[in-house]
Amino acid sequence: MNFFVETLVGGLLAGVMYSLVAIGFVLVFKASGVFNFAQGSMVLCAALTFVTLREKNIDFWLAALITLAIMVAIAIAVERVVLRPLVNQPQITLFMATLGLSFVIEGLSQIAMGASVHELDLGIVDTPIKFGDIQVSQFDLVAAATAGVLVVALSIFFSKTRVGISLRAIADDPQAALSIGIRLQTLWQIVWGVAGFVSLVAGLLWGARQGVQFALTLVVLKALPVLIIGGFTSITGAIVGGLIVGAGDSLAEIYLGGLLGGSVSTWFAYALAVIFLLIRPAGLFGEAAIERI
Amino acid sequence: MTLISSAEVADFAPARAPVRPRSRVWIGFAVAALVVFVGVPLLANDYWLNAILVPFLILSLAGLGLNLLMGYAGQASLGTGGFMSVGAYATYNLLLRLPQLPLPVSLLLGGVIAGLVGMAAGLLSLRIKGFYLVASTLATQFFLEWLFNQFGWFSNYSTSSSISAPRLAILGHDLSGPVGRYLLTLSAVTIVTAVAIRLVHSQTGRTWMAIRDMDTAASVIGIPVASGKLKAFFVSSLVIGIAGALWAFAYLGTVDARSFNLDRSFEVMFIIILGGMGSIVGNYLGAAFMVLLPILLDHVISGPLGGAIDAGQLENFQKALFGGLIIWFLIKEPNGLAALLSRCRQWLARRTAP
Repeated sequence: MNFFVETLVGGLLAGVMYSLVAIGFVLVFKASGVFNFAQGSMVLCAALTFVTLREKNIDFWLAALITLAIMVAIAIAVERVVLRPLVNQPQITLFMATLGLSFVIEGLSQIAMGASVHELDLGIVDTPIKFGDIQVSQFDLVAAATAGVLVVALSIFFSKTRVGISLRAIADDPQAALSIGIRLQTLWQIVWGVAGFVSLVAGLLWGARQGVQFALTLVVLKALPVLIIGGFTSITGAIVGGLIVGAGDSLAEIYLGGLLGGSVSTWFAYALAVIFLLIRPAGLFGEAAIERI
Repeated sequence: MTLISSAEVADFAPARAPVRPRSRVWIGFAVAALVVFVGVPLLANDYWLNAILVPFLILSLAGLGLNLLMGYAGQASLGTGGFMSVGAYATYNLLLRLPQLPLPVSLLLGGVIAGLVGMAAGLLSLRIKGFYLVASTLATQFFLEWLFNQFGWFSNYSTSSSISAPRLAILGHDLSGPVGRYLLTLSAVTIVTAVAIRLVHSQTGRTWMAIRDMDTAASVIGIPVASGKLKAFFVSSLVIGIAGALWAFAYLGTVDARSFNLDRSFEVMFIIILGGMGSIVGNYLGAAFMVLLPILLDHVISGPLGGAIDAGQLENFQKALFGGLIIWFLIKEPNGLAALLSRCRQWLARRTAP
């Protein structure tokens, strides 16, 4: 029983790490309707930049600030060069464009900063903490707490600030929002910038856990089922979806993996997501599309 | 009561666009067939046949399969690689376990099995739409990748993960040389393309386009949406399965699950988006673009800079340039190369018209 609870808790905490990547997706999809496949390469780019700066003995906060500046610059460039000319194109074309974008970001950041594996130390001691009989990784707890803070901050940003309210207007009805003078293009830059910030946080936590390397881009494939379960438009959904996927994944690996010969985690999360979709076709917290003829 | 004569009825028939005389069209077809079936094998060297023409034809076929589903029926899918692997493994097992079947029959049956698997995956499309469907087709992709890796039965308990393909022959003619493989691929592509052209102009094709344009509206006016979607998944996966079998047997010479991964799915999707959705000729243009561009980049970059930078950097540079070109192309020609071609044709027609 202890083993079961430990696996469950470990899975839940790992799921929060998936949520972090999924939140970046949600932000961009909500504001611009773009299914941003480049989120994974943004995570890699942020982590690589940060670790390269740290290896040059730059102070932690200064390095984070410089990385953030670079991510914002990327966001502005993406809006200018990619999104603006492609406005009003079908969503699938925009999706393909972000796929091309992910090649560009991955290629360029590895040219600039190399493709070798970097160690990233955030100064979090990774000794297990005991709660009664159950051991929990301290690193996972810190990661979960960071994600929690991020979600609260983003929720306040979206519901209280002027920018956040404009964003919700755009998500609701782009035409009406434009007609009352909301600047769509500036807001897209802001959203992609915030998504860049989220990928910086995700990149730091994932990088500290796995090492900063090309495989970081693959977290995008882990975040997709999270996104399907939670719904593309809900930050709460991303968190709940992450918890479900994390718990399901690690329990399946232990209990189902033995039956089927291992490594079920490549597809189990997707199968789980599909089951959820069959019951709720727009995710748990997504908005069901109302179709008019 | 007056009887309407057939001449009067004919007047109400929709006006036909002036067509070129039939004999000239057929002469054009015959010349084209002569060039690709006889001229190319005589003139092209082994490198062109093996490394460019065969993968180009197979990727065009895979593009055609996905285009039927995505461009005509409007159901986006990222399971292409998975369906290709079903076709490849099914054909391999048919050749291995039922050696008395002739090769074309095994290929077709392999395609049918892939089609059935595709139809099962397509059941999701009855409930799920849009990007949710795209993301859930990834479930099929990853499950199939895992399945063929995990269970030895599919690869006849081969110890290495790649298995060599059986000898290719039709009626005793050996097809394992470059020319033979080219002709096998070309014949398959020609036949499937002809069937696909008929299909998209048939009742089925019109049903698909109605579903693509708006499936709710289509269902309101009584179009059978569910069966139309499943049919689209079946036909599309059948074509993709044949493409996968050809990829394994006529191109690689081995059946290897790793060559049918998610990157392959993305590649085929790029082909139809760059070529043009809802266009048959676009698949060929897109596939030519996707096959030739990396080779071209390789020559351009490694020519003057060869040896100056190491291979890893070169690869990164190529990747970034490739991504950049894709974005540039999507911006410049969002309707694909097929739209560019038809504009060229109109321009030429205006120029040559009296």
